[in-house]
Amino acid sequence: MGLKSNLHNFKEKNKDKKWLPGFNALFTFLYMPNETTHNGTHIKAADDLKRTMNTVIMALVPCLIFGMFNAGYQHYLAQGLIESANGFLGASFWTLDNLVVGLWKVLPLVIVSYGVGLAVEFVFAIIKGHEVEEGYLVTGMLVPLIVPIDIPLWMLSVAVIFGVIIGKEVFGGTGMNILNPALTIRAFLFFAYPTWMSGDKVWIHGAVERDQMIAAGQNVDAISGETILGTLAQGKEVAYSVWDMFYGIIPGSVGETSTLLILVGALFLIFAKIGSWRIMLSSVVGALVMGLIFNGLVSAEVITEGSKFYGLMSTEFWHHLLIGGFAFGTVFMATDPVTASQTNKGKWVYGFLIGFLSIMIRVFNPAYPEGVMLAILLMNVFAPTIDHYVVQGNVKKRMKRLKAKTA
Amino acid sequence: MGLLSKKDAKLITDPLADNNPITIQVLGICSALAITAELKASIVMAVSVMAVLGIGNVVISLMRNIIPSKIRIIVQLVVVAALVIIVDQVLKAFAYELSKTLSVFVGLIITNCIIMGRFEAFALANKPWQSFLDGIGNAAGYGLILIIVGFFRELLGSGTLLGFKVLGDPIEKTGLYAIGYENNGFMLLSPMALIVVGIIIWIQRSRNKALIED
Repeated sequence: MGLKSNLHNFKEKNKDKKWLPGFNALFTFLYMPNETTHNGTHIKAADDLKRTMNTVIMALVPCLIFGMFNAGYQHYLAQGLIESANGFLGASFWTLDNLVVGLWKVLPLVIVSYGVGLAVEFVFAIIKGHEVEEGYLVTGMLVPLIVPIDIPLWMLSVAVIFGVIIGKEVFGGTGMNILNPALTIRAFLFFAYPTWMSGDKVWIHGAVERDQMIAAGQNVDAISGETILGTLAQGKEVAYSVWDMFYGIIPGSVGETSTLLILVGALFLIFAKIGSWRIMLSSVVGALVMGLIFNGLVSAEVITEGSKFYGLMSTEFWHHLLIGGFAFGTVFMATDPVTASQTNKGKWVYGFLIGFLSIMIRVFNPAYPEGVMLAILLMNVFAPTIDHYVVQGNVKKRMKRLKAKTA
Repeated sequence: MGLLSKKDAKLITDPLADNNPITIQVLGICSALAITAELKASIVMAVSVMAVLGIGNVVISLMRNIIPSKIRIIVQLVVVAALVIIVDQVLKAFAYELSKTLSVFVGLIITNCIIMGRFEAFALANKPWQSFLDGIGNAAGYGLILIIVGFFRELLGSGTLLGFKVLGDPIEKTGLYAIGYENNGFMLLSPMALIVVGIIIWIQRSRNKALIED
């Protein structure tokens, strides 16, 4: 008798216990269970929901690791303790010191996100008496990557509880949610605790603390790290090169800075046929179109240097892809199979509008620099409508064909 | 209750829970979202609606046999409008600051669906005393939800209750704020009021399954 059959027997013995879904979740997480499906679909595919989720997590790992190094790097750089790294393989970037700071700050975010989120999932599974759903696996990984490094952990917990319950469980759990849970969590944080989610203090570990020390009368230099979007919104010069933006050696939320590694993740998702390339591509196109329109407005001198939109509008259109959370949102959030459009044509419309609206919100509302979050949430709401019209269009086309045939 | 017969008492207690105007009939939502950021405003709004609905129901009930049914909506509007103006003037005279917080929403009591709904559904077909009880009951049910929502929004959003700093001072960093607590700004925005109302509906229906409709 191996451990596995012991566990199986244990499960059989406790069949009608209330806490069984909790046990099952851990059991199936570690082992392939002995029983097979009894009814319903009998098509077997290797990539069940758990496999799908794991693939996305794998695609996120490079961003997470980079985010840890970047956290430490930005921390030390802002204090003037290290040289700025030259390029992606810069000597002062991939150091152990940086990683230690990163681990120290990022791991608690990951642990809190998973711990709280899964606890809520377990409670709901036990109340409803169904198996624990895998949906939180990806959300739990996304959440630490899209928050500022110094966000207090209790705020994160409150937001995760809110996001999982109101964003997902009230609709019936994984697969039924209208809004992307990770973005719901971020939106909650953004509106509930704006001082911790925007400004020039929150993106670098230690900046807030420094501020408090200065306020307490200590003689230290202030640290500040404005994101590029923030700088542009104020119409100032950006201090980072385009390559820095592409590599992601810039202040920002934990894991969303590196466009290069997001690109790697995107290719992995497309190759594994998990993420929809239609959404990613059309979203990029949408962003470029909006960017070109703004560039056009600037070069036609409709918008002049005095305008408060000048900074962001005059940004070269393709830079928008590199700065802020656009790339991350497009690759990992917009492609969420539950909340995105389901039809192929719908995906094009859905993605295009996400890109288009992201840049529009970003430019026109400097108070909400991260337009991609709001754009995706908005389009999540519209996705079923888009699908409805695509399906109806198809029905109409076929009706016509039928009429032509029978007439 | 010696004062009220069982049937009359039901007129008051029913709208408090199982036939609540907000959570069951889903009426009067807009004002419930708009003015509940502070508990004080919620209470004043609840009392105002109670005055308008209680008196209005009696007036309509008294006139129920002489109102031509074709123009009854207009007559009802005139009655509500008159009562609302009185309430508005009283507020302006005795609680000017509050009437500024409530701004147009006192005037908008006129369009509060609960009031027209009760006139149509109850006062037009019942005697003044019953109508009065029905008006008070429905306004109390409405006010109850307003006060619950207002309580949570003010407590979590501003850390105060009726203006008292119950959680400590956010600037001086006393009380809860000393250990890093912060006010939840989302609570002060109307969407959160909708979510709070939603949660109340959720709790109510999971306690009483009979209320769940398909």
